Amino acid sequence: MSHVISYLEAIREAMRQAMRDDERVFLIGEDIATYGGVYKVTDGFLDEFGPRRVIDTPIAENAIIGAATGAALVGMRPIAEIQFADFIASGFDPLVNMTSTIHYRWGQPVPLVVRAPAGATWASAGPFHSQSPEAWFAQVPGLKVVMPATPADAKGLLTAAIRDPNPVIFLEQKYLYRRLKGEVPEGEHVVPLGVARIARAGTDATVIAYGTMAHKAELAAQLLADEDDIAIEVVDLRTIVPWDRAAVLASVAKTGRALVVYEAHRTAGFGAEICATIAEEAFAQLDAPVGRLAGLDTPVPAHPAMEAEYLPDEHKIAAALRELVAF
Amino acid sequence: MSLSNDDRYALYHYMRLSRAIEDGAWALAGQGRMVGRLYTGHGQEAIPVGCATALAADDVMAPMYRDMGAHLVRGMEPWEIFAQYMGKRGSSNAGKDSGLHMGDMKRGIIGMISVLPDSLPVAVGVALAFRLRDEARVAMTFFGEGSTSTGAWHEAVNMAAVLDVPLVMICENNGWALSTPAEREFRGATIAERASAYGIAGARVDGNDVEAVHRTAREAVERARSGGGPTLIECVTMRMRGHSIIDPAEYVPPEQLAAWAVRDPIDRLRERLVADGLWDDGREAAMLAEHKGIVDAAIDRAAAMEDPHPQDVYEGVFASDGQTTDTATSDGSTTTGAGA
Repeated sequence: MSHVISYLEAIREAMRQAMRDDERVFLIGEDIATYGGVYKVTDGFLDEFGPRRVIDTPIAENAIIGAATGAALVGMRPIAEIQFADFIASGFDPLVNMTSTIHYRWGQPVPLVVRAPAGATWASAGPFHSQSPEAWFAQVPGLKVVMPATPADAKGLLTAAIRDPNPVIFLEQKYLYRRLKGEVPEGEHVVPLGVARIARAGTDATVIAYGTMAHKAELAAQLLADEDDIAIEVVDLRTIVPWDRAAVLASVAKTGRALVVYEAHRTAGFGAEICATIAEEAFAQLDAPVGRLAGLDTPVPAHPAMEAEYLPDEHKIAAALRELVAF
Repeated sequence: MSLSNDDRYALYHYMRLSRAIEDGAWALAGQGRMVGRLYTGHGQEAIPVGCATALAADDVMAPMYRDMGAHLVRGMEPWEIFAQYMGKRGSSNAGKDSGLHMGDMKRGIIGMISVLPDSLPVAVGVALAFRLRDEARVAMTFFGEGSTSTGAWHEAVNMAAVLDVPLVMICENNGWALSTPAEREFRGATIAERASAYGIAGARVDGNDVEAVHRTAREAVERARSGGGPTLIECVTMRMRGHSIIDPAEYVPPEQLAAWAVRDPIDRLRERLVADGLWDDGREAAMLAEHKGIVDAAIDRAAAMEDPHPQDVYEGVFASDGQTTDTATSDGSTTTGAGA
């Protein structure tokens, strides 16, 4: 059985299910209880689960992540909400130095999820509510990083993240929260971390993307199918750490052309790692240089004219694909 | 809360053994047999010993690198400490980290990291979990006065206060944060006085008086356990050696060291025990000999252990499914070593 719900409702469904199934799961963050979170993701949770399992904290990202780590060490399964992914920088130190190294250093699992709304809103959220920080964490051994692109994946990947014995950074795409609706299995739904999704099958070129950009890549693929009769394959990575190298290389082997799209800043973005891997592993199968389309190396600007210039979209992706296919 | 003779002997034993182990480690480091750098708690032994002995078996603590005695009180064996110091494969960190960064949830020990104040938020979370589960357990965390300058410290103390968790926070004010004296770390007269600003209990104690430290810690632990919330304890002491073994600490005025040398916590307890008719030269000599034997045997046992393999570097970045998170009350099924 499935139902059509939004990306946001899918996240809510995964958390509600996990909290009903497992009393170790609790929520901790800023404005998540009475207020239900700035995006209302946890709306109604206080009523259902009570103040012991839905905990409002002071404004203290370092302590939220540190405390979630401590609770995880003594048998809890915390889900920490960072109000905006941009603010995770204030809790960067425990993630990078403490939480991520515990299992490697002394063998104790840290089952912890840090949820954070990430990415641009395409509505002038500006430099401090628009960032895509996945590459910061991809550099840190011991952290898993997830960026779902569909409601079904939002539910299934969050369920997997909660059950994972490791710290998982779960970057929700705020652009998709209410905008994107889709079929989502009711009841238990688990999507394993590290398995990419072929969002659309095609033969002429591969787009590799994740999060909102996977969604934009599908729109671009549709444009090219309609206007140019070009068949684009879209690989949605779903998870950045671990990432599904095999799926990417298999698709590139099939199409011979690859475009990597990501919303974060271009330089040293995670897409650069994907490009490098394709160049290293699939050079002989390439019919064109690996393409890359990303956010600019600037802060994410507030004004819509500049924000649109900053962000990749379906038209820019389609243009890049036309060039790639014509090479 | 009077201490029995056995309690006082135990305090003395743990302080003495701490120093014997650290003296042994100092020699070991001089021989180039240590992996990583040595940091010791010379002169501050009363604090970890006095505080850790205030905890119950299923409480959890987050000690720091000057807290040898706290590890011993929680049941860490001297050979395990030397195995860790030598980076052996079967040690707590299996050679992946060094020094007193040993973690073992079966003994309720959270492995510290070099960013010392990061232990505070973690300890807040441990205490929060105890409260959420209605367990009468307490968390304790240790840090220096230098840590109190960081944002993490403030966030954690404030959150502990607001969430009213059973946590005891031990500040070891040893006067020096590496080369920076306390007066360049904070302007207020004491660390303890900050407690009232956070709305929690605070106490300041002579950190070289192990019995006073113990009594103060026990009061705080009992307050936390009975739902009375967190306590900030400032233990005033002095770092009698450099920050680490390679730091000659020439920036420390000799007269400061001399003033504190006569307040050595081990000497002070021994003098009291002697005055109370509980100790004499014969017992002292016997304990020194016993501890020397323990340290020598521990070093030999650790030295005989296997070294890590280069390929071990790849193991353990992530936990695998089925590994349990366990606590001090566990049945022992948890994984402890970082080895594969």
